[in-house]
Amino acid sequence: MQAESLGFIFLNAAIVNNFVLALFLGICPFLGVSGKLDTAWSMGLATSLVMLISSVCAYAINSVLVNFELEFLRLIAYIAVIASAVQLVEMSMKRFSPGLFRALGIFLPLITTNCAILGLALFQTFREYDFLQSVAYALGAGAGFTLAIVLMAGLREKLELADVPSVSQGAAMTLMLAGILSLAFMGFAGLGGH
Amino acid sequence: MADRKADPSPIDADTFLEGLWRENPVFVMLLGMCPVLAVTNSVVNAIAMGVATTFVLLASSVLVSLLRNLIPKQVRIASYIVIIATFVTITDYVIQAVSLTLYNALGAFIQLIVVNCMILGRAEAYASKTRPLKAAVNALGMGSGFTIALLCLGSVRELLGAGTLLGFPVFGENFAPWVVMILPPGGFFVLGGWLLLFDWINQRNARKTEEAEVARAG
Amino acid sequence: MTTDVQTQPSTPGTAMILTLGGIAMLAGLLVVLVYHLTMPFIEANRQAALERAVFDVLPGAATRRDLRLTEEGVVPAAQADGGRRLYAGYNADGGLVGVAIPAAGQGYQDTIRILYGYDPGCECIIGMAVLGHKETPGLGDKIVDDEDFHANFDGLQAEVAPDGDGLRHPIKTVKSGEKDDPWEIDAISGATISSRAIGKMMNQSAQALIPALKANADQLRQNDGG
Repeated sequence: MQAESLGFIFLNAAIVNNFVLALFLGICPFLGVSGKLDTAWSMGLATSLVMLISSVCAYAINSVLVNFELEFLRLIAYIAVIASAVQLVEMSMKRFSPGLFRALGIFLPLITTNCAILGLALFQTFREYDFLQSVAYALGAGAGFTLAIVLMAGLREKLELADVPSVSQGAAMTLMLAGILSLAFMGFAGLGGH
Repeated sequence: MADRKADPSPIDADTFLEGLWRENPVFVMLLGMCPVLAVTNSVVNAIAMGVATTFVLLASSVLVSLLRNLIPKQVRIASYIVIIATFVTITDYVIQAVSLTLYNALGAFIQLIVVNCMILGRAEAYASKTRPLKAAVNALGMGSGFTIALLCLGSVRELLGAGTLLGFPVFGENFAPWVVMILPPGGFFVLGGWLLLFDWINQRNARKTEEAEVARAG
Repeated sequence: MTTDVQTQPSTPGTAMILTLGGIAMLAGLLVVLVYHLTMPFIEANRQAALERAVFDVLPGAATRRDLRLTEEGVVPAAQADGGRRLYAGYNADGGLVGVAIPAAGQGYQDTIRILYGYDPGCECIIGMAVLGHKETPGLGDKIVDDEDFHANFDGLQAEVAPDGDGLRHPIKTVKSGEKDDPWEIDAISGATISSRAIGKMMNQSAQALIPALKANADQLRQNDGG
């Protein structure tokens, strides 16, 4: 397969095939944490960090597994590495940036079950990206996730002041909004010049 | 070590039924959203995903329940995750062996069952505190509720987006499919629509109960 | 549900390690067991799917040989590790129908993977099948079974350039209805980008591989079941 340029991979993961709005990954935090702009930002950044770390570790682990022909252990290994990466980020944040740690609170452990992170590791493995491509992919995915969740938070904050039928408040409205956002993002198809 | 996880309450219909409506994992608890949106672009995919998830939920709930007195508190989440990941890997290979077409249609979302918050949540909140048979029944109920939710979405999306159900054309030749329904935005819209319906039904029921109580008090 | 009222004595480290280790071993055992049980079925499925696709793009083929194109030429797949994978198809009399070449490229939405058949005898493409795609249903996904589109690949010219470097005329996708030359592909109206993607990846692959395949045509014709 033709080698994809790093910039293209980044753009593709962030916008054209946005992890949340096109690939349906990371929906739980997307729905749950997009109430306020500040928390959305923090969640997005924390997730991006974990994505980067997990991506690198997953690449290393996969190389080892393939070497020993133990591919069937891949899923268990990936999820273990992601859980550890989250634990690591939590501990180092507690130590080096307690303010941020307190702000994120309960969200950090929730990142482990964010399907976007495991999805990232699995996709980069299926597409057989090399190391630099994997990093570009992880950065793009994190940027895209943050973009989606921040956009949603901005919209929801504005909508709190609007007159909306009580029946649709909450998850139903968030989903309709997400649908419109997803529709909008479809317009990016073909970005990257092909 | 004292058997602190004995649960003497009996298994009744509610053990199974609560997963279907009252605590439906998708429509009420809003868990496991990712596959609900991703693989419901056709009824076949929806059913397959529902069955696969129910199997993983059932198997891991039973195993977690069997081992509940042996797993120390500190490592329980890690243990549950490993158990769930094992059954997901098994499901992955079984589906590949049964039908490659189905496997390609479901894609990575089979492996993503492992991070379906519904399964880990149930293991932590329920299976680790009850005996295996009860955990199994509850898991079946939850899994069925999940599958029903997937079916609700899958049928609407396939019907409107392709004009077929299970591959059989329902409308005539002149039906112009509402393609967006099979695409990502459609997933969001249809799920939002179902939630709207549920919320409306619940609100109406709550209002009726309230009015009945006021009438009785007055 | 009972609640934990009394304080638990802290679990010694060994208990934790033993538990995790035990669960890990159980997990590993289960997975390995299922893996070995299902592998034969999975392999059979994959081979069947591959063969279907190969026979689809090489009309009339009855048997197939897995090959690789390396620097030394065309060798049986079992004998080489690197190089490009190819699948040669032979008709019932053992004559070469053509060679199926996999290719992939960026489509409208995501990567499209195809298999196309090349006949060194007529120096032309004789078939194309889409192996995987994520194009828009109802529009871009017409590349899968649109009959007119697939008629393009029945005798699409792929002559090697006189100097042996690439093709004499690059394979090109043109607007629907504007096909003039035998090396052009008529795009599907309404699915231009997806059609162009097919043409582009086919051209790239052909430019790179077909000269070598034409040069090694005799090795391809060897059907000694190797």
